[in-house]
Amino acid sequence: MLLVESTDKIYPNGTRALERVSMEVHEGEIVALVGGSGCGKSTLLRLAAGLDQPTRGRIQLDGETITAPHPLVGMIFQEPRLLPWLTVVQNVGFGIAGRPKVERERLVAETLERVGLKDYAHCWPRELSGGQAQRVAIARALAPRPKVLLLDEPFSALDAFTRASLHEHLIDLWTAFRPTLVLVTHDVEEAAFLADRVLVMQPRPGRIAASIDVQLARPRDRYGNEVEALKRRILSALDMSLRVRSMGEELAPAAAI
Amino acid sequence: MSAIERTGAAPQVAPVAVSRKKKRRNGTHILLGIALPVALAIGWELAVRYGLAQGRLMPPPSRLFRTLYELAITGELFRHIGATLARVAAGFFFGVVAGTLVGAIAGASRLTREIIDPSLQGLRAVPSIAWVPLFILWLGIFEESKIALIAVGCFFPVYLGVLGAIQSVDRKIVEVGRIFRLSPPALVRRILLPAILPAYVLSLRQGLGLGWMFVVAAEFMGASEGLGYLLVDGQQLGKPDQILAAILTFAVLGKITDGILAASIVPFLTWQDAFAQKR
Ligand SMILES: Nc1ncnc2c1ncn2[C@@H]1O[C@H](COP(=O)(O)OP(=O)(O)O)[C@@H](O)[C@H]1O
Ligand SMILES: [Mg+2]
Repeated sequence: MLLVESTDKIYPNGTRALERVSMEVHEGEIVALVGGSGCGKSTLLRLAAGLDQPTRGRIQLDGETITAPHPLVGMIFQEPRLLPWLTVVQNVGFGIAGRPKVERERLVAETLERVGLKDYAHCWPRELSGGQAQRVAIARALAPRPKVLLLDEPFSALDAFTRASLHEHLIDLWTAFRPTLVLVTHDVEEAAFLADRVLVMQPRPGRIAASIDVQLARPRDRYGNEVEALKRRILSALDMSLRVRSMGEELAPAAAI
Repeated sequence: MSAIERTGAAPQVAPVAVSRKKKRRNGTHILLGIALPVALAIGWELAVRYGLAQGRLMPPPSRLFRTLYELAITGELFRHIGATLARVAAGFFFGVVAGTLVGAIAGASRLTREIIDPSLQGLRAVPSIAWVPLFILWLGIFEESKIALIAVGCFFPVYLGVLGAIQSVDRKIVEVGRIFRLSPPALVRRILLPAILPAYVLSLRQGLGLGWMFVVAAEFMGASEGLGYLLVDGQQLGKPDQILAAILTFAVLGKITDGILAASIVPFLTWQDAFAQKR
């Protein structure tokens, strides 16, 4: 279980990026963090990844406090961040270089197969499309078989068609390996289609404004009524969080998303 | 989508067609590129042969090649080439080692960079030939001062190349290394070195180019052998064909050594677009 306990993050320049953020993500759960830009979504993910330190509070994985990148926590960024001098297989195997060769090759082959890029094993990153590159990045993060996968707007740079197909890929992978997923997104449809729980965040200072439990079975119909209804719920929660803020805050009233 | 991407991509097909077209274009490029010098050479040869021009100060190609041939069969040419190559190699070696070390230290440590970089930038502004008298006073007129001058020439591009390359390594890619918990040495070996390699190679080639420039200056300071000596000797004895022979040799050697340097690292850079297309 991933536990965030009343965590603050104040950047050296004084920005209060997170204030008293608490959340609990259960094993194998898919949690979506939604909110306008600047409300601390990336900050929260970076703290959970151990890339940055919280100013107050703490983050724990199964009782172990996270202070540095953890072997069981993987991260996927908005950009694929592949190493251009390594081929696709080498990129996928990048994080498990220390394991025995046989195990490494098995994990890499299995993961590549899962993301449907077996035929591209020996291509260079520059030869891939944006969607393929992001699938390689997902495979690289999954190759060590992490318990928790943090995704920071992983699909926002892709066109709608590619994005939809990557949603399917992600759900396939999740079904196969059951990692805990924390997915940052500003795409309400993405959150409604993928998540078990949606946390709506609110800016200045960043905090969690609402939590929406999703009780929809999978596979979900992206254009079905249930997903549509859920999207409306998320949107109105987002709307509410912004309204509450602008009423309670005299400073910068015009600063919406 | 995977079906669409899989059928759509077939990545091997397109590059082959492109490279074949490219080869043909390269062929015409080379022909076009040498057409002018060849035409001028033939024109000059004919002009001198039919008495339209004198060819005393500007010898025709036939005389130039005869001089080269004579220098070659007496073995003199190779003695001079050997002397010059040895100087370039030694100067390049010391310049590259120093430039790489200092550049890496300055790139790795901000404090060191802030201490040494301004001084080095100041020194770089000195036209390097201005060091010649000082080097002669310090190191004498023999090999040491020559090699020092060449090393200074090679040092700066390599230093700047390494420093710049380290500073421009993508922080986002370094973060990937952190996520996978690479140790500092592993981070250097698996991320930093490959990331700076292309810029480093470029700086080595610039350094080598300057090395060839500076060897001429060094040999002008007084040498009893070397291609630069052939130049000075040709001027003093009024032998323009010998001067041109030395210049031609410089051009060929410079091109060959640069080609060797560039080719030796191609295997490490196949991942780059630019190199892949040359394959
Ligand atoms: N390294 C940093 N230094 C200072 N301020 C930062 C830094 N990173 C983010 N911030 C600020 O913290 C707030 C939250 O940023 P971020 O977590 O990136 O938001 P989001 O991902 O939701 O768009 C923003 O106001 C942003 O300007
Ligand atoms: Mg962000």
